[in-house]
Amino acid sequence: MPLLTTSDVGTDVHPGLKGPTDPTAGAHTHSAATMVPDQSRAERTQSYAVADFPVPHGREEDWRFTPVAELAALFADESTGNCLDWAEQLPQGVTLTSMSVQEWQATGAPRPADRAAVVAAANSGGVAVLDVPAEAELTEPVRINLTGDDQGVVHGHLLVRVGRHARATIVVGHSGTSTYSEMLTLDVADGAQVTFVSLQEWADDAIHLGQHDVIVGRDASVRHIAVTLGGHLVRLNTNASYRAPGGSFEALGVYFADAGQHLEHRLFVDHGVPHCRSNVEYKGALQGETAHTVWVGDVLIRAAAEGTDTYELNRNLILTEGARADSVPNLEIETGQIEGAGHASATGRFDDQQLFYLMARGIPEDQARRLVVRGFFASVVARIGVPEVQERLMAAIDLELEQASV
Amino acid sequence: MSTLTITDLHVTVETDQGTKEILRGVNLTINSGEVHAIMGPNGSGKSTLAYAIAGHPKYTVTSGTVTLDGEDVLAMSVDERARAGIFLGMQYPVEVPGVSVSNFLRTAKTAIEGEAPKLRTWVKDVKDAMAGLRMDPEFANRNVNEGFSGGEKKRHEILQMELLKPKFAVLDETDSGLDVDALRIVSEGVNRAKASTDVGILLITHYTRILRYITPDFVHVFVDGRIAEEGGPELADRLEAEGYDRFLTNA
Repeated sequence: MPLLTTSDVGTDVHPGLKGPTDPTAGAHTHSAATMVPDQSRAERTQSYAVADFPVPHGREEDWRFTPVAELAALFADESTGNCLDWAEQLPQGVTLTSMSVQEWQATGAPRPADRAAVVAAANSGGVAVLDVPAEAELTEPVRINLTGDDQGVVHGHLLVRVGRHARATIVVGHSGTSTYSEMLTLDVADGAQVTFVSLQEWADDAIHLGQHDVIVGRDASVRHIAVTLGGHLVRLNTNASYRAPGGSFEALGVYFADAGQHLEHRLFVDHGVPHCRSNVEYKGALQGETAHTVWVGDVLIRAAAEGTDTYELNRNLILTEGARADSVPNLEIETGQIEGAGHASATGRFDDQQLFYLMARGIPEDQARRLVVRGFFASVVARIGVPEVQERLMAAIDLELEQASV
Repeated sequence: MSTLTITDLHVTVETDQGTKEILRGVNLTINSGEVHAIMGPNGSGKSTLAYAIAGHPKYTVTSGTVTLDGEDVLAMSVDERARAGIFLGMQYPVEVPGVSVSNFLRTAKTAIEGEAPKLRTWVKDVKDAMAGLRMDPEFANRNVNEGFSGGEKKRHEILQMELLKPKFAVLDETDSGLDVDALRIVSEGVNRAKASTDVGILLITHYTRILRYITPDFVHVFVDGRIAEEGGPELADRLEAEGYDRFLTNA
């Protein structure tokens, strides 16, 4: 049964629960700003044609939290020919090639789902294709470091294919400065086990919009991890769907927003086949005036998706006055024959009682604060399972806190 | 030998109804190795005294002094007080999610000693102290106070006291909510700490029950924000028999 917890400082929580199995359907609204979606999540436009997506003005359901006025360059249907600088480390057997956008469309990859993504796909000039062969068992992660040098608008397009029964960890890092929009497809074949990490370590003025589509094969297990620390405006839309039964999708996210940062993560898990599971856990901290984070977690369990097991959770920790966290979980259920479906969202202020308790044991304030924040992130960081990412992340969180106390 | 001296302490707290004076001139001197029981009815200000000594920001000292061997405790931050040797065992210990007991204890010990404890002796010290308090070793891997029962929280407080070796420990209603077995285990821990470190103890309690296990040298009856009567252990026996009524009717 849907579980809903909301508690909250500076947050909008608008669960939109619909469907025949939910007795509270339509009665589930919380604040004056609440807007229960008037259509199923499945009805949103998906298309390769730029013309199918008007330039957003900011009132649209999927753009209402985003400062769209800053994104005109990424909505413009113009090819720039710019690229990020690529540096890759490919374990043996892993290849990096390219294909045309037409070829990519012919693969049946999920279509762009908003204006920025369709523009990126139409103007990328070609798709980088990363292939992990079937049955490969990579002992080292695939690393792709993408660096921007402020050369203007960049359209990126990446297809990652992981073959049957392969095991792989793929880490895509983003740094430097760019105005970047990407379309990324992660296609995971039957029985494969994949951890995909997207690290946003951009400079303070970077803009990054992304659509990540994850296709989970039969009995495949995919972990998509978003770590967003840098950038002026970052918005990642991660969509997961299942090709056949038995698939598992786990989405983990960590974000830390300072003054002047807008960090937005939207997830859509589309359960369209039976006996698949999904689990989403995103945690974020905010500090500084105007720091803004958005988390939207949509889960759709279609009528065919019997035996689905899904849970999503978002927690936000507000460290200083003036920061704002929006958190919107949505669950649509079209069948009662499921294992479980739930979500939880909570946003809270830093707890001064915790600080007092630690300081009363002799621990200096800055160290006590660090312990509490590290502790807040600990559960999700422990689940990342990629040591180098975990260590970098904890070091980055410490650095964020140090900078704040200066 | 150390001395904690509280002189004419006045403390206020902000409430919805405005500023309220809770402590109204407390005088108390505690020496190393002494056990002072502070007893009193609910709302008499016992816990406020504990928090004011520890430096909780909710409480404002309006006049008076607290000194530790002549040093001005009130001028110190919360962590400085702890490092100076003052320990507060809390009535309601706070949960700190994601921070393990072992990490917490090591961090606190390092802060108080000014250097990290030697790993081998530290691990043994923690193990021994936990065994003394009948705590499962697995306890060290749990998050601080998260999901602890009332008894586990209090044992964890006394564990910290035993490991951090303060000069003075203020134990705020450590006995409340404990069954007889847990009370005895916790009391033994306090007595061990006293025997091994000569810690001075301010034992705040509503009941006389804990005093059967921890023998006080002095008993102070706290009423309406100040000490109304002082005596030896016999005063506790009298309170056991008569309750606090005679103080309340006088007040």
